[in-house]
Amino acid sequence: MFDRRLITHFNWIYLLLILLISAIGIANMYSATSSWTTAAQPVYLKQFYWLGIGLLIVALICVFDYRHLEYLSFPLYGGNLLLLILVLAIGRTSMGATRWISLAGFNVQPSEIMKIVIIVALARYFSEKEHLRGFNLRELIAPGLILGVPALLIMKQPDLGTALLVLCIGGTMALFAGVQRSSVTFLAVAGLAAAGGGWFLLHDYQKQRILTFLNPERDPLGAGYHIIQSKIAVGSGGFNGLGFMKGTQSQLSFLPERHTDFAFSVFAEEWGLIGCLLLLALYCLIVLLGLHIALRSCDRFGMYLAIGVSAMLFWHIVVNLGMVIGLLPVVGVPLPLFSYGGTSMVSTMTGIGVLMNVGMRRFMF
Amino acid sequence: MSLNPPPEETPGLRRRFIISSSIVVCAFFVLALRLWSLQVLGVDHYRELSERNRIRHVAIHAPRGAVFDRYGTLLVDNRPAFTVSALRQEIGDREKLFHHLSELLEVDEEQLEERWQAGQGLPRYRPLPLLEDVGRQAMEMVQENSVDLPGILVEVKPLRAYPYGEMAAHLFGYLGEVTENELDQPEFSGYRSGEMVGKTALEREFEGRLRGTAGQKRIEVNVRGRELRQLTTRSPLPGQRLYLTIDAALQQAAETALADNAGAVVALDVRSGEILAFVSRPTFDPALFARGVSSDEWRELIDNPRHPMTNKVLRGQYPPGSTFKMVVALAALEAGTVTPTTKFECDGSFKLGNSYEYRCWKRNGHGIVDLHKAIKESCDVWFYRAGLETGIDRIASAAQRLGLGQPTGFPFGGESSGLIPSRAWKKKRFGTSWYDGETVISSIGQGFVLTTPLQLASMAAALANGGTVWKPRIVQKIVDLEGETDWLLTPEKLTETAWSTESLKAVRDAMESVVNDVGGTAWRSRLEKVRFAGKTGTAQVVRRKSDEEEEQAEDDEVIPYQYRDHAIFVSYAPADNPQIAVAVVVEHGGHGSSVAAPVARAVYDAYFTEETDSKDTVQKVVTGD
Repeated sequence: MFDRRLITHFNWIYLLLILLISAIGIANMYSATSSWTTAAQPVYLKQFYWLGIGLLIVALICVFDYRHLEYLSFPLYGGNLLLLILVLAIGRTSMGATRWISLAGFNVQPSEIMKIVIIVALARYFSEKEHLRGFNLRELIAPGLILGVPALLIMKQPDLGTALLVLCIGGTMALFAGVQRSSVTFLAVAGLAAAGGGWFLLHDYQKQRILTFLNPERDPLGAGYHIIQSKIAVGSGGFNGLGFMKGTQSQLSFLPERHTDFAFSVFAEEWGLIGCLLLLALYCLIVLLGLHIALRSCDRFGMYLAIGVSAMLFWHIVVNLGMVIGLLPVVGVPLPLFSYGGTSMVSTMTGIGVLMNVGMRRFMF
Repeated sequence: MSLNPPPEETPGLRRRFIISSSIVVCAFFVLALRLWSLQVLGVDHYRELSERNRIRHVAIHAPRGAVFDRYGTLLVDNRPAFTVSALRQEIGDREKLFHHLSELLEVDEEQLEERWQAGQGLPRYRPLPLLEDVGRQAMEMVQENSVDLPGILVEVKPLRAYPYGEMAAHLFGYLGEVTENELDQPEFSGYRSGEMVGKTALEREFEGRLRGTAGQKRIEVNVRGRELRQLTTRSPLPGQRLYLTIDAALQQAAETALADNAGAVVALDVRSGEILAFVSRPTFDPALFARGVSSDEWRELIDNPRHPMTNKVLRGQYPPGSTFKMVVALAALEAGTVTPTTKFECDGSFKLGNSYEYRCWKRNGHGIVDLHKAIKESCDVWFYRAGLETGIDRIASAAQRLGLGQPTGFPFGGESSGLIPSRAWKKKRFGTSWYDGETVISSIGQGFVLTTPLQLASMAAALANGGTVWKPRIVQKIVDLEGETDWLLTPEKLTETAWSTESLKAVRDAMESVVNDVGGTAWRSRLEKVRFAGKTGTAQVVRRKSDEEEEQAEDDEVIPYQYRDHAIFVSYAPADNPQIAVAVVVEHGGHGSSVAAPVARAVYDAYFTEETDSKDTVQKVVTGD
């Protein structure tokens, strides 16, 4: 069963890029949290362990042929949907949102799992249905429901960031599958209208975030504080950066959330434009390589899987960076491989595992 | 398993891959562009904001200039005062924090909350003062427990200290926080709200010199405002030092002598007009103002019927009583209406025409009286007649040439000018002509005549030095940081009159007898070691209505305090070679002879006990210019 080609087709360069970004991320985390004296175990070390677990997941996923996922896709989707409903019913609430559920002693965040499962489910759907002229509105109802139901459930938690990301991933996959131009136009207009109407459904803190994004000075010590401090950190980094461990914004704790969502600000302050461009290039490369894997995959299911994972990485990177440098509103989206967090690491590595799985089995058809 | 062909071989899909890749590259390009604009174009702006985040400029208060007496004795100084303040950004659970703090320092929780609310107007980055001037022990308590008191810090600033307590408080004046009104004025540019400024007297007059220049330290702080390290420090420059003409020993002797009485004592150097003692009582504790006076304390001071906040040396106006007799004597001698040997008979009263009888204080009369006896025993009748014959205008002229009825030129404190009446003055003031009866009572320093203690001292000095009225001076020199004298006293004459030697001698001999000869009104206050000359006075506060009332009022205990006479004494010493003049006013004290003269005696006692070398220093200072 084991084919030597599995090894030769394994994308080592991709793995190297992943490790490189993770290493930079851990070094950056070391700097960002160096002023913490109380933590029993340093955060950068914990992130290191999570990276190990992540790599284990990648290895584990690569052992099995991704094509088995095709049969499992809808049961997985159904199970995940059930979990999302369970979260709303009996989930654990922290900081005003209910996102967690206890499964066999583990705290699980079903919305994070959904990012992967939606990719699998839609990949299955789009690989079977194809319209050369592109999908029209009526034909989009089924995938729209597959995507919309979990997105709504996640939004209800409330977790706007994840919900939007799930929509972006699904939307990207749908666009790739082909949608009629008139339908795209209609959806765009409808989307804008829905956004206008949805404004009234948003929670106060979500409205604050959007208003504050439009004008951070509105509330410099409150909701605008994050974005102002982050821009100061990034901007004061300059061309060369202030040097490792020397960023005053992060070392003196002016920067909030600096080991999680705003980890990039710390990096930008200390490494300057040079460092940022290098990191940007690395991230750009993993997205483009993901697309390349999709292009060269041996079947449509694999292609859509690779497209979905690439979209997931792409949107995470763009939304997080856009937020950190003041181009997008502050939504709690972590930077893959760079922000601290076990959940993010596990879901990212699961996606990467799937992607590499597709890449190493492109010869089989 | 799907049987669709692989995507690489589908031309439509290939196009989609090219488009998606381009979109990805474009998105990253936009991010890169934004980074470039922040980090290359905006670097200066954001670096400045970053500096503003982490660097705080903290003013270091400059110690105010110290004040010394003429011999270099420290009179007003500074001491470190510890203020417990709150950094508002750093405070989370205020209730718990205040509870903890109140238990630690044994203060009222509500008081802390009150100060907290009152300080909300301050800029947020400024520490909010909760407890001012806590002791060193409390300061140490707070610092030891700083871990449990997040956001609480102890600041040190110099506060005025007065080694002699209340002594000469009216001279130094007091400090208070600069007001919003003052901050708008150009002379207070560069002041920050909350800063202490001189509000009265010396502290106010020399504010600019005493203030010094605040220093500054640049500190690096973290997001919670906690100081991490000092970057640079510019030390504060203390204010200039003031050397007064005051003699601390003399001042203290005068204060002690006046004790609990209300009144004033002024001692002048008759050769230069330098003020050696400047006492106004009751007084206040300037240290109270240094730490901030409470409204209750303030009300108590203001409502006190004996007016502790009034500078009586400058602003107390009293009828001079019999101490005015030297003026009348000099005016009459100058006019030739009397000679030193002119004799009048005193039978206890004087009848002006047929109308009114003016009584001598001695009910059964002085008998045959000449000038010498009239001053020595303070015969009123002699002066009624001499004054009447001389006329009010000539008396007024003499009074003015002796420094009365006009400001002495004291540099601050808003002195009163007193009042020397004349015909012209009355016409202007009341539109009526002058009556002879008014001349009669003016001749014994009653009626319209009003003088300040400082004027009385000036007058005594002029009698002592032969006719020169010096502008009274209080600041001897001002010394800057390098120890260079920045400003030096120059004696200045207000008026100078060449009285005839004979007249002066007659008046001065009589004043010497007042103290040193049996029968003189101040004989009981004479001193062994030095012969001083003087004149007692008892100024009526209210005109007594009838004999019966006066009969009743004979016993001081019966007369209500505010109706009792003022006791006055003007003097100089030594009688043959005068150096120092002393004027004493004891409000509602009764008789000048029994109450005021002993105060002057105590001052002379102190003055002539001091080392002779220090007297030489005085000479040098005066002549050194």
